[in-house]
Amino acid sequence: MTRQQVLDLYFLDARHRLIEIAAFLDRVERAGGEGDFRLDNFRQALAELNGRKRNRAKRVLLAFSDPTREPIAKAQAKGACGAYRPLR
Amino acid sequence: MVSRVTDDYERMALAGCLAVCEPAFWAGFDRGSAAGFHDYFSQLTDHEPKRAAKFGLKHFCWLCINSKEAEDLKLAEEVMALVPKFLDRPNVLGIGEIGLNKNSRNELRVFEMQIDLAARHHQLILVHTPHLEDKLKGTRLILAALQNDRRIRPEQVIIDHAEEHTVEMILDAGMWAGLTLYPETKCTPARAIDILENYGGERLWLNSACDWGVSDPLAVPKTALEMAKRGHLGDAINQVIFQNPKDFLSQSPKFKALI
Repeated sequence: MTRQQVLDLYFLDARHRLIEIAAFLDRVERAGGEGDFRLDNFRQALAELNGRKRNRAKRVLLAFSDPTREPIAKAQAKGACGAYRPLR
Repeated sequence: MVSRVTDDYERMALAGCLAVCEPAFWAGFDRGSAAGFHDYFSQLTDHEPKRAAKFGLKHFCWLCINSKEAEDLKLAEEVMALVPKFLDRPNVLGIGEIGLNKNSRNELRVFEMQIDLAARHHQLILVHTPHLEDKLKGTRLILAALQNDRRIRPEQVIIDHAEEHTVEMILDAGMWAGLTLYPETKCTPARAIDILENYGGERLWLNSACDWGVSDPLAVPKTALEMAKRGHLGDAINQVIFQNPKDFLSQSPKFKALI
C-alpha cells in the first residue's frame, strides 16, 4: 500500500483512538487522589510515540512489560492488569 | 467451544471455516478435583466433535492442565496422569495449551513436566503465553524451557498469543508463532497483518479465540477481509489463513487424514 492508501484506510480510526487517549488523560487528571504505577507506565509508553522512532507498537508493549527474568515464588492472583509494578 | 453457543458453530461454517482446534483451557473458575478434568477431556473428545459435525465442521482439540490451575502441583500431577489415556482419541492433536500465566516457579515446573509428557508421547505442542505485562518475561521463560529439552523439535511447537514484542524471538527459535485475534486484548486484525507484512508469512498462524471473555469466533475471516482491503491477493490470504495452519497441523496424522 502507498502512504496515501494507508491514510485513507486507517486515519479516521487512528484519530478516534488518539482523541480517546487524550480524553482518558484529561479524565484521570480531573479526578482527585493519587495515580499509581499504571499511569506511570502509560506516560512512559506515550513517550514512545514521539518523533520518528520505528517499531512504536513494540516499544509501547515493552514499556508495559515486566523486564525481570526469574520466575516469581508463587502466583498470588490469576489476572494481569496491563502494567508492570516493581516489587518493593 | 465449550464456552460458546451452538450458533457460533453455524456462523463459523457460514463464514467458510472447515475445522475448529480447541485447546484445553481454564473454565473461568478453578476445578475442584482431577475428576472435573476427566469430564472436561471427555467433553472435548466426545461431545464437542458431535456438536461441530452438525454444521459440517471438523473438531480437534489439545489436552493438558492449563497454566492458571498449575500452581497446585498435586492437582497438576493428577491431571497430567489422566492425559495419556485420551491421547489416542481421533480428534486429539497434542498437548496444549500449556505454558505460563503469572510466571511462577510451580507454573514453570508443571510446564516442564508437560513438555516431557509431549516428548514421551511424540505429541505436537501448543503453548499459551501470559497476558499483558507478563507476556515478555513468560515468553522468554517458555522458550528457554523448550530449548532445554533436546527431544523437542521446534517446528512441532506453536507459541500462541505472540505480539510485536515477542514474535521475533519465537521465529528466531525456529518455532511457529500464533497471532491470536481479539477485539480488545492481544492482536487486532490490523496489527496482525502489520506483523505478517513485517516478518513474512512463514511459520505465522492467525487464530481466533472462542473463550469466556470478549472474543470473536469470526476473527479469522474478518482478518482475511482486512487483508483484501489492504490489497493482499487471494493466494497470499489463503496461504496465511488456511495453508499455514494446515501445514503445521498436518504433522499430526489424525489431522492429515481428515482435512
